[in-house]
Amino acid sequence: MGSEPGGCGLRRFSCELGPLGRPDGSAALLQGDTSVLAGLYGPAEVKVSKELYDKATVEVLLKPKVGLPGVFEKNREQLIRKTCEAALLGALHPRTSITIVLQVISDAGSLLACCLNAACMGLMDAGLPMKSLFCGVTCTLDATGAIGLDPTAKQEKEARAVVTFAISSVERQVLMSTTKGTCSVEELQQCIAAAQRASGAIFQFYRDSVRRKYSKT
Amino acid sequence: MAAAEAGALPAEQRVGQVVLPGDVLLLPAHPEADGERLWLGPGAALPGRLVCGPGLRSCGAGLLVTKCGLLRHRQAGGAGGGSGGAYWVDSQQKRYVPVKGDHVIGIVTIKAGDIFKVDVGGSEQASLSYLAFEGATKRNRPNVQVGDLIYGQFIVANKDMEPEMVCIDSSGRANGMGVIGHEGLLFKVSLGLIRKLLAPNCEIIQELGQLYPFEIVFGMNGRIWVKAKTIQQTLIVANILEACEHMTAEQRTQAFAKLSER
Repeated sequence: MGSEPGGCGLRRFSCELGPLGRPDGSAALLQGDTSVLAGLYGPAEVKVSKELYDKATVEVLLKPKVGLPGVFEKNREQLIRKTCEAALLGALHPRTSITIVLQVISDAGSLLACCLNAACMGLMDAGLPMKSLFCGVTCTLDATGAIGLDPTAKQEKEARAVVTFAISSVERQVLMSTTKGTCSVEELQQCIAAAQRASGAIFQFYRDSVRRKYSKT
Repeated sequence: MAAAEAGALPAEQRVGQVVLPGDVLLLPAHPEADGERLWLGPGAALPGRLVCGPGLRSCGAGLLVTKCGLLRHRQAGGAGGGSGGAYWVDSQQKRYVPVKGDHVIGIVTIKAGDIFKVDVGGSEQASLSYLAFEGATKRNRPNVQVGDLIYGQFIVANKDMEPEMVCIDSSGRANGMGVIGHEGLLFKVSLGLIRKLLAPNCEIIQELGQLYPFEIVFGMNGRIWVKAKTIQQTLIVANILEACEHMTAEQRTQAFAKLSER
């Protein structure tokens, strides 16, 4: 079930749609050696305290491989939640909750990008209404200013700056960006352009995965 | 921009293919004067008009896909032809969202005075009036207990309101609806499988019917209730239906052949 997003510097992707029986949608994504399992529930009942009268309440729970989620996970949860809210048509299901549970299985770099990709595949599997798809791409800048895509944990550690973008499938808009380290404005622009180029391969991977799922019926 | 370009294709070319959220389907130019307008909703199928069904929204150039699945098309019944008919996305999902007119199987959770609360698997429990049963009056209340299974129909179902069920048709007849007996087995399958099973002349049901007699109820919310003569037969029917989800037609005929030998 693997596929190589054609030669644009991304690691090998492979996924399984609907590996879990209980949730409404699920996806297991392997990106290089980084692996995340996503489970989705929704549109489901919502607690009165969290109810929004005009749109669905989106919740993201990021479970680390070991231990309890801390501040680091909470920060990433918010980034993923905002990205999902931008892509979802939440207004079609007011007063409901959409819960995305992401379980990290192994972290070998580009974890946030992998979480975003797993969340999007889970949303597709659950059949929730979306304006567009989104994908996560992590870029690194080394000391010479060369851009690397989809880094491993080692490459991330050596890099001067690590930048992650969420990119929408419609017009390749940037939905979210987060940076670590220092980089110039031009370098950031170059990273965006590189991520936008790489996103095409990821969206093609999504399409192939969904085709494989529907070829069985 | 490969995916975006692949998305902006004429709608007819993509029928039967997989579409993803964000894809745009182009429609042929309308010959009518007010051709730019799209009519939404199931009731608006005038000849020559286009209906956009589940998983699609109208946008400037044509239709925007919001769910992933297979694109389906049905020609308009009348002499409209051309641009008429309906497009929709056939997706495999598990979570039910109430739709007006759907027949579903619900479980009674609360008895509160005049109404029952029924769990139908959606985001909110449906309400069911005690008067919405055949022959029910203020004096003659229906015998419904918490935990009973109800086969009914939605008369109110929209995103902003609590869904409401009834167990009578417009002429006040039960027409098969009401409380389902205490025996039998209830199980859940995906919504796509239910639609396949409820399609007219469904092969699976016809083949199953040749094995032995049984009673079966399909709810559009993915619930199936079966009852055969013995518990063993009930379980066989339930297992076959659950397995049908991942079987091709040939695998199914083989499985049926094995069963009928015994």
